[in-house]
Amino acid sequence: MRNILLLTAAILAASPLPLPARADALTELHSLKLDVPASDMMFPDGPGADAINSNCIACHSADHVLNQPSLQKETWEEVIHKMIEAYKAPISQEDAAVIADYLTRIKGTKQGY
Amino acid sequence: MESHGLLSGEITRRRLLGAGAMGGLALLSARASAQTSVDLRVPGGPSTRPISAAFPQKGPMIVQRMAPPWLETPFEVFDDGVFTPNGRHYVSWHWTNFPNEVDAGSFRLTVRGHVNEVLSLSLKDILGLPRFELAAVSQCAGNSRIYLQPRVPGAQWANGSMSNALWTGVRLKDVLDRAGVKAGAVQVRFGGLDQPWGDAPKFLRSLNIDHARDGEVMIAFGMNGEQLPLLNGFPLKLVVPGWCAAYWIKMLNGIEVLDRPDTNYWTAKAYRIPDTPHATIKPGESDVKLVPITRMVPRSFITNIRTGDSVAVGAPVLARGIAFGGDCGVARVDLSPDGGRSWHPAQLGKDEGKYGFRQWQTQFALATRGEHTLMIRCTNSNGETQPSVPVWNPGGYMKNTIESTHVIGA
Repeated sequence: MRNILLLTAAILAASPLPLPARADALTELHSLKLDVPASDMMFPDGPGADAINSNCIACHSADHVLNQPSLQKETWEEVIHKMIEAYKAPISQEDAAVIADYLTRIKGTKQGY
Repeated sequence: MESHGLLSGEITRRRLLGAGAMGGLALLSARASAQTSVDLRVPGGPSTRPISAAFPQKGPMIVQRMAPPWLETPFEVFDDGVFTPNGRHYVSWHWTNFPNEVDAGSFRLTVRGHVNEVLSLSLKDILGLPRFELAAVSQCAGNSRIYLQPRVPGAQWANGSMSNALWTGVRLKDVLDRAGVKAGAVQVRFGGLDQPWGDAPKFLRSLNIDHARDGEVMIAFGMNGEQLPLLNGFPLKLVVPGWCAAYWIKMLNGIEVLDRPDTNYWTAKAYRIPDTPHATIKPGESDVKLVPITRMVPRSFITNIRTGDSVAVGAPVLARGIAFGGDCGVARVDLSPDGGRSWHPAQLGKDEGKYGFRQWQTQFALATRGEHTLMIRCTNSNGETQPSVPVWNPGGYMKNTIESTHVIGA
């Protein structure tokens, strides 16, 4: 449904761009202690969910994977291989195959990369 | 040319842009301030992402990943000015294991390796060195990866893994000179407080010695006049103007001068692009020479008009946005109101520094009702122009294809 909003006012030009404060006054840095949120998100249930939950979310939250596009099985296998070879993820060969199947099931494609 | 959205029934938010009495910009912003999610409107995968202000020192950000955080700057922020507020500056970490606590008194930056004298510098030492300021865009190597077709794995950034800040810091060159670089040095390697898990490779990046000593590479302690937010690398961040942010080490605490090329994974193997025009190959193409990603390339965006907006026909409408040259300044920005058939120069805003965002604006008019495609194109001061070809490589790097915005004349 098209929802055209009508105009009531005109802005003549781009709004002025405020310059940040100059940093000459930055003479001291103050210690920081802050809470950084963590994630408790798990992968959707199904065959292989245990393997992906136990192998993958120590290094990155599940949304990393769930936000990925649909990929061909070979591409998922390359991704898992990179996690093992480059990032030293301790994933067994058996689990790697189960995870590839899981990802192909929930995020597979035959058309894409 | 490519589309970042479709003129389909999925579009639920339309606005009318048109001329006011004075013929200038008229824009009614309907963007909700309490938005909890954003639809990035890209086919081939989940397109919605949460928007959250739950991260420390950060306002509402697009959560691409909770841990380690990938927080994208919502695109409307880029319409507010050329300097991205610190609370909206995007965030990208490689490892979850970075400290949430930094003690300013005990923090030390060490300089070691192929030097005459090992240094251990306190923040007080660093703040006491001659300082300089520099506007520079930090842009992830994979900014806009979500728009590649076919889609590729990696951080699924839309256009908001880029931000511009006025950085304050000291010259890397001055710090290296203080340590005394020995003859035969070839590279300088940088690391931060973040640590990998297990046997994984620590995130380290290197620059060639001449680059490291060029007088522009900065050890930054200030960002838009304030100390850096924790998630952007407090207390120190390496700023490598014109180069992609993979080199901009956060929580910088280690500098090592090397007398041989760096062989660590991140420098020697990661962040590779095809050595082809626009880093572009065909999907599946093999035997391609790969080279490290280094400098950035020109880009430009319309920030006050979005795909799906309605535009009043027959009257001048103001378009504005941002551009950056990549590794040099912006020479010109041209807008096409007709899908690339004709191009018209835009006026450039104040030059805040060649490595930063530059605002541009211009007017256009649509003669007819119906669908129109606006395009925006930056040419940098080295004469390099954004390409019309769709940039594609398996890493999803270096996208700078001319942007298209699909509007409806109404």
